Amino acid sequence: MEKLIILPFSIGFIYLLGILGFRVVKWVGGLSRLDKLRLIHSFKTRRFFDSIKEVFMEGLLHRKIFRKNPVLGYMHMSLAFGWFLLIVVGHIEVMVSRQSLIAPIYLPVFFRYFETDHSFMLSGIFSFLMDLLLLFVLSGVALALLKRFKKKLFGMKKTTRLKTGDRIALLSLWMIFPLRLLSEGMSAGLYGNGSFLTSTLGHIFGNLNSETANLSLWTAYSCSLGFFFAALPNSRYMHIPTEILLIFVRNAGVKLKKRNNTYTNIQVFSCSRCGLCLDNCQLSAAGINNTQSVYILKNIRNHNLSDEQLFNCLLCGKCEVDCPVGINTIDLRITQRIESTRQYNSSYKYLEDGPVPKADTVYFAGCMTHLTPGIIASMKKLFHLAGENVWFMDEEKAPCCGRPLMLAGQYEAASKLIANNTRKIIGSGAKKLVVSCPICYKVFKEDYELANVEVVFHAEYILNLLQQEIIALKKGSDRIIYHDPCELGRGMGMYEPPREVLRTTGKVIPIKNEKHMAHCCGGSLGNLKISQVERSLLRNQAVEDYLRYRPDVLATACPMCKKTFSRHPNLKVLDISEAVANALQISSDQESTKEKMKLEIHEFELI
Amino acid sequence: MNDLSFLKPASRQIDFDNFDDRLLLYVLKYEPSFFTCISCGGCTATCSAGNLTNFNVRKIGLWLRRGETEKLSEEIQKCMFCGKCTLVCPRDINIRNVILLIKKRIAMLKNENTTA
Amino acid sequence: MNNKHVAVIGGGIAGMEAASVLARQGLKVTLIEKQANTGGKLNDWDHLFPDFSSPDELVNSLANKTKDSGVNTVCNTEISRIERNGKRFELRANQDVRFFADAVLVASGFNVFDATIKEEYGYGLFGNVITSVDFEKRMKKHGQLHTIQGTAPKRVAIIHCVGSRDAKVGNTYCSKVCCITGIKQAIEISEMLPDCEVFCFYMDLRLYGSKFDSLYLQAQKRHKIQFIRGRLSEAAERADKSIQIKAEDTLQGRPLRMTVDMVILLVGMEPGVSTSQLIQKNQMTVDENGFLKSANMHCARNQSTQEGIFMTGTAICPMAVNETLENARSAATEIIHFFENRRP
Repeated sequence: MEKLIILPFSIGFIYLLGILGFRVVKWVGGLSRLDKLRLIHSFKTRRFFDSIKEVFMEGLLHRKIFRKNPVLGYMHMSLAFGWFLLIVVGHIEVMVSRQSLIAPIYLPVFFRYFETDHSFMLSGIFSFLMDLLLLFVLSGVALALLKRFKKKLFGMKKTTRLKTGDRIALLSLWMIFPLRLLSEGMSAGLYGNGSFLTSTLGHIFGNLNSETANLSLWTAYSCSLGFFFAALPNSRYMHIPTEILLIFVRNAGVKLKKRNNTYTNIQVFSCSRCGLCLDNCQLSAAGINNTQSVYILKNIRNHNLSDEQLFNCLLCGKCEVDCPVGINTIDLRITQRIESTRQYNSSYKYLEDGPVPKADTVYFAGCMTHLTPGIIASMKKLFHLAGENVWFMDEEKAPCCGRPLMLAGQYEAASKLIANNTRKIIGSGAKKLVVSCPICYKVFKEDYELANVEVVFHAEYILNLLQQEIIALKKGSDRIIYHDPCELGRGMGMYEPPREVLRTTGKVIPIKNEKHMAHCCGGSLGNLKISQVERSLLRNQAVEDYLRYRPDVLATACPMCKKTFSRHPNLKVLDISEAVANALQISSDQESTKEKMKLEIHEFELI
Repeated sequence: MNDLSFLKPASRQIDFDNFDDRLLLYVLKYEPSFFTCISCGGCTATCSAGNLTNFNVRKIGLWLRRGETEKLSEEIQKCMFCGKCTLVCPRDINIRNVILLIKKRIAMLKNENTTA
Repeated sequence: MNNKHVAVIGGGIAGMEAASVLARQGLKVTLIEKQANTGGKLNDWDHLFPDFSSPDELVNSLANKTKDSGVNTVCNTEISRIERNGKRFELRANQDVRFFADAVLVASGFNVFDATIKEEYGYGLFGNVITSVDFEKRMKKHGQLHTIQGTAPKRVAIIHCVGSRDAKVGNTYCSKVCCITGIKQAIEISEMLPDCEVFCFYMDLRLYGSKFDSLYLQAQKRHKIQFIRGRLSEAAERADKSIQIKAEDTLQGRPLRMTVDMVILLVGMEPGVSTSQLIQKNQMTVDENGFLKSANMHCARNQSTQEGIFMTGTAICPMAVNETLENARSAATEIIHFFENRRP
């Protein structure tokens, strides 16, 4: 009869195991053949141990959250790692007391209910340890309760909204450990099998202690566990088991595809809806609060993702930086965009395959750069000084690089432009392709197959000119803030070359929100939905932050960022190429004196 | 793939009495900004696709407002989505989104047509 | 009323005209100008539309009028603050200079749009891209137009609506005077250089004033100026310093490319900076375009939203010279009414 108390726990546990087993088989089975092989192979290599380590560090210790905020990290760690230790130590305790390596699964859970005679070896130490661990977990529960009311303490501005499934799971999770404390306290009062925490509680209970009360408490405890297990698969806590799977699959080298497959599901179910991505998202500055990654993931899961949400994202990648689970929010969104635009027609039959001039170097300015002619003029000047035999590929006409189409999900259409450009670039016989736009740079580097043509970003190109002493700059005293373009920084991981270039022209001041935490200018081609007014709100937010450092120049390395920022009054905005061209030390033979004189006349006239 | 015969064939006159608003109403719902176009032609002038072929972004918006669905559906396939048009528009029309919405609507109509 | 004192901020043509009218009515008037001379932006201007008259004559006659009527003109003084003190006002300049007045007339004028903001047009970057203001300055100074290479241009493009009716630069209003200025300058170029082709790129031609349309007709008929309906999207400099421009010929429905020797940008008017300083410190309100807001657009055009503070000229909205002068006289009338009604 007494054994009935394990029923709620057991039913919930078996149900959970069933669902998890079913999902793992379905998800792993749904991966492509190659990915399955990758996964199997990874178990035989060192990657397996890397994954185990990552599960331990992230799944239990929550290292990434710790880095973001220690209190939030402690809360997660005490719950996850504390519970884990309770299970492990509980099992050891049972094994020691039974002198056997095999014990029923439920026994450690209800140990103090069943094991009233507490006189086995080291029992005192075990009781103490278990009480200590329970206290550890309870401190996490207390913090979790506090977080609901005071999120600021945890470094968070916003949290996600909860659904019914989440509520049930959350409530039962909060109940588990306080109930365990009460049950064990009562048992300790009755049988004296507790330690500092539970015994004290047992004493406090005093006359309240009775077999019936004890049974009811343990039943409630069992129920809370059962409820939690039963609610878990349909709540956000599904992320706990899914994340473990994600770590193994990801470390096996599996990547998101152009179409949704079960890896999409693994990523989607790994989201804990912690809401850390909300705080990083700049769109809230424009009052947009329903398109952030956490909501997109939820919508994918619930099959109700709208285009208005899907395409209302800057694709700046800031949410990905702080995701404790490491979900590829950007790739995931692009996959959804591909799915959404699959039926869209495009036709580029008009693209020509005309003769191509021969050159050593090809310069591709990109569509946007034609609206910032200062960058083109500076690049031309630098090519001239470097004596480069350069073909300015899109000076007159050329197709777009394809990246804007890809950002809008139209990969198939983009591939047609890519094919045309590829033929031309390779046809020119050039060894180097110089680009001054990060949007183009990313696609040329990642999606073009250019044989032995090296793709060089203009920051690297200029840096090389400086290192080779082909050009010399006059260093000024300007205070420069460098704005990392999203596509170049978070997108391509290039942070240093532009800064190194700028250091030769002035003083680059370090700021708080830079590199991987840099602002998005708001100009983003990734977002197709926001208006210009909303974009300027995002821009103003970034500019406000920059102006606190009183810069003389805001430098960037992207025509889009430049265009967006230069519309803001009271701000001098330069591309790195312009900053360099302005700081050039030109010897008299390089620029004819006649030319110079005319420039002077002109400047004089312009007043 | 490119069969657009389900869209009404174009006639010589602009017939406002038999106005095909299937695309217009959809775009208007999500991107009403395109209604403020003053036909300055900045978009067409800057257009990367228009630089290479006979493609006129301004007319896409005009045809949309005039219910010229078929012509529009053919022409829109040439767009390369680079976004320059949106960047130069003096009326702040989100042209890139307009194109996306038109493509979406055509795909929707095509599906309706095949299932019907 | 004779002992009432009016301070006029801004010694451009609006301020000068209003000050002289007020002084002739017997009021004590102080005209405060931040620059060394009165006359404002017209000092740089070569010819006025639509009659090609000389702005110098106008400025001189206004200067004489203010002097003869007894206006106290103070130059090199910029007002940064207006404080109300009972029924009187205290005006403060930067250097501890103060003025007291019973009424204030703000005639602070406009700023010229900074064309470098529209980088795609290449102003400040390409030597042969100039603004309509540069054109007037050059004509006044040299009496001739030449490219940066020192040659006479054979083909000039005049671009309308630069910094006006452009949400991208935040100015959605029409500056009113640019269309007719462009036509005037096109005619001047054509008269000066008969072999030079002149093209005007417009979105809408807004020739609202009397005689403006006849100037348009003259430009087409006598000077063969070509008008192309299309907005410039971008300009690029060729190796020979000529400028290639891109627009759509919207009437043809086809993109258009053209190489020209010179581009003139018809820059619009923006609310003056000094105006905005006064606004920040004195709660004077502005309209949606950033110009000073009238108490009533129709019957109290020159009254600001604060009693006793009036305004006139291009501080209210873009205006042509003749309108500005009319507006200045109407401001003077409103101030006189203000004093008459206030008498117990």
